[in-house]
Amino acid sequence: MKKIALNIDGKDAQAAEGDTILNAARENGIYIPTLCYHPRTKQAGKCRICVVEVKGLPDLQVSCSLQARDGMTVNTTSERIIETRKMIVELYLSSGRHNCISCEASGECELQDAAYHLGLEKSNFPVIPKDLPVDSSSPMIIKDMNKCIQCFRCVEGCNNVVVNEVLEMGFRGGDMTVVCDTNKPMGKSSCVICGECVQLCPTAALLEKKAAGKGRTWELKKVRTTCPYCGVGCQMHLHVKDNEIIKVTGVEDAAPNFGTLCIKGRFGYDFVHSPERLRSPLIKRDGEFVEASWEEALDFTAEKLLEIKKTHGTEAIVGIGCARTTNENNYIMMKFMRAAVGTNNVDHCART
Amino acid sequence: MTNSIREIEDCPVIFVIGSNTTETHPVIAYSMKRAVKKGSRLIVADPRKIELTRWAARHFRHKVGTDIALLNSVMYEIIRNDRHDKKFIENHTEGFEELKRTVNEYPPERASEICGLSADEIKELAKILGTAEKTALFYTLGITEHVTGTDNVKTCANLQMLLGNLGKECTGVNPLRGQNNVQGACDMGVLPDVYTGYQKATDPEVREKFARAWGLKALPDTEGAKIPAMFDGMLHGDIKALYLVGENLVMSEPNQAHTIKALEKVDFLIVQDIFLNETAKYAHVVFPAACFAETDGTFTNTERRVQRVRKAVEPPGNAKEDGWIISELSRRMGYVMGYSSTEEIWEETRKLTPSMSGITYERLEGDGLQWPCPDLQHSGTCYLYCDNVFPCGKAQFQPAHWKPPAETPDAEYPFVLTTGRRLWHYHTGTQTRRSAGFNEVFSEELIEVNPEDARRLDIKDGDYILAVSRRGKVKVKAWVTERVPSGVCFMTFHFHETCANVLTNNAFDPVTATAEYKACAIRLEKI
Repeated sequence: MKKIALNIDGKDAQAAEGDTILNAARENGIYIPTLCYHPRTKQAGKCRICVVEVKGLPDLQVSCSLQARDGMTVNTTSERIIETRKMIVELYLSSGRHNCISCEASGECELQDAAYHLGLEKSNFPVIPKDLPVDSSSPMIIKDMNKCIQCFRCVEGCNNVVVNEVLEMGFRGGDMTVVCDTNKPMGKSSCVICGECVQLCPTAALLEKKAAGKGRTWELKKVRTTCPYCGVGCQMHLHVKDNEIIKVTGVEDAAPNFGTLCIKGRFGYDFVHSPERLRSPLIKRDGEFVEASWEEALDFTAEKLLEIKKTHGTEAIVGIGCARTTNENNYIMMKFMRAAVGTNNVDHCART
Repeated sequence: MTNSIREIEDCPVIFVIGSNTTETHPVIAYSMKRAVKKGSRLIVADPRKIELTRWAARHFRHKVGTDIALLNSVMYEIIRNDRHDKKFIENHTEGFEELKRTVNEYPPERASEICGLSADEIKELAKILGTAEKTALFYTLGITEHVTGTDNVKTCANLQMLLGNLGKECTGVNPLRGQNNVQGACDMGVLPDVYTGYQKATDPEVREKFARAWGLKALPDTEGAKIPAMFDGMLHGDIKALYLVGENLVMSEPNQAHTIKALEKVDFLIVQDIFLNETAKYAHVVFPAACFAETDGTFTNTERRVQRVRKAVEPPGNAKEDGWIISELSRRMGYVMGYSSTEEIWEETRKLTPSMSGITYERLEGDGLQWPCPDLQHSGTCYLYCDNVFPCGKAQFQPAHWKPPAETPDAEYPFVLTTGRRLWHYHTGTQTRRSAGFNEVFSEELIEVNPEDARRLDIKDGDYILAVSRRGKVKVKAWVTERVPSGVCFMTFHFHETCANVLTNNAFDPVTATAEYKACAIRLEKI
């Protein structure tokens, strides 16, 4: 890809041709706050907090929507820029219920990040009280439009990333708000609960219901793994606290799913902690399962298998492996059947 | 998949046959739908009016179990109109004349009688595919779960070879695999005829290589039994012990009564699972296993991408990782494995598997690697047969004739039951039914019945009815919907209370032993 040279904040910088000023700055380690822009939903030009000055161009320029050009001189930190950004964030803070104290998004809220970056404690504008009903009708997602900043990310993601075409921006002016279908409660709408909107939301307007109250962002350990459901192999982060998975998010910049997940991948994790999980080896005695130690269960099983092998031969034993467990466990299974038992009678449900 | 998920968005034509993609592989469906928004033509061939048809340019609604007749006829029309890729066929394939002879028996007028589409519709599909710059073909179990599953797959491959749609981006024969590591379990040789990377168990050199690596003098030289043959052996009393790791056979195998009979008959059943599922109840010993979040290792996805799995939480109680349990059992039976980490197991695997030799844990950081990846410098393979190099030299056309499903409707059982999954649940329901919220979204199984059939039988939406086959009956709530055509019903195997596999037919493809889950005969009774 062809490179271009530009100057950002007095420093020489390089960017790929066709890239936006925002990306060029980020590539060169310069932070420009954004609220509506997201790498997967691309430029939005809605929040205008990413404004910069470009030499030779009048007014402030929206950096997420303007292409960087060879020889450009860009300023991202002038007083005028900072004052403008402050005003934008203050306007946001005044126009909704943005109370960080017990907000689920605290610590990963992009509005909070922008305010922190700009050193804002509160809005200097009078706060317009918002008291919209919280939509908890979906079993997995809480939709609280009091925290919405009209960034359009969720609408863009729903329509153009996962193409489920459920969310839309309804009403206009001060009443503008995200609606499902024709303004139905989320739980009664055609929403397929993929959770893409939750993942893209910069605040807590769209939130994982099952994670609410279970831990602050900074308390959670993020473990990257692969989804245990279908064969797409989505990359996901398990967010863990005290040996419990609190929530799941898609890995933004990784193949094959690039952040997207489905209802099962994103919300089907709590079977892991089900009280019905098997916790002890069991041996059936007189028709009833009785708990046993590993020593006891393994010795009993090995003896039984050896006895069958001796009496009836290796072909009297068969093994069925598992399309759900890891490659390594499957390798061991087929090795066990072939090396320890001595038969090729090994199969798995490749056909269901 | 011969090709990769990433290519989907750039495919000029996407042909989906026998795949309910939005429900079974939602994330791949996102790519397909994005492709449509960018201008791709999405063509769906499916008896059911599945969700994906909302985004399709055309939906061809052929009858259940008639894929070969339809595709052979499409090939007939492509050849007749001189739209086949003659250069590709001549340079890179063998058996074209034989293919021509076979498809010659399927002029659209004849195929129409079999598949239920009009001759014009067949010609239209042939024109769309025949004039497309490139087409990527996608299928799922709608193609494979038939007694002619192998022939169905070969016919899909024949079509793509005829059009030169192999060995380049945005083409290919792309099965979407249904379980997180079903590709990996196959790749790892958990099959009765092959070792890792599909190395034949009957090949003495392969056996010698593995025997040497495993410190053994010899390894078994005859092919083993596939699951249906295992069941037969259990019923006949030849097979005395079954070691079952992570499968819920009672729910997932066809003809539940037959499965239960086999499980009751076997002398010694070991079940290793995370729940005491419907199958575990028949066990003599149960081993509690760790699940995906409690395990380190790798899964391999449908596009051959090997990716890391990482332990995030501790297993409950005394549950242990599968590998630990199996190797402890092995040690007690006199064969010591002695691995100290999952990475050590992978290292052994890759060194014995030429197609994966270049894949190490270190190299899997980031986006993983797609096999074939034969050496440490190789960057993996996005699509197979690049430069039209095929493993067997030239690609072989393997024409097949259409055969009806093993069981077809008659006066006593007038409906075709076809089965599958829903978006809201997974497989035998053991995981999704134990995750909060899922039962709220979809709490009980529904049998899909066409409105015309429902009217005739006086069945109303929401009525409980009996679905009866030669093998069993299920009481289930009716969903009167246009999703199924007249004469066809649809059910899943997510709910043990109403499992479709009570009804399904244990008739199998002769090569793969895949059961005909997609077609059996039932009748509906009012209660």
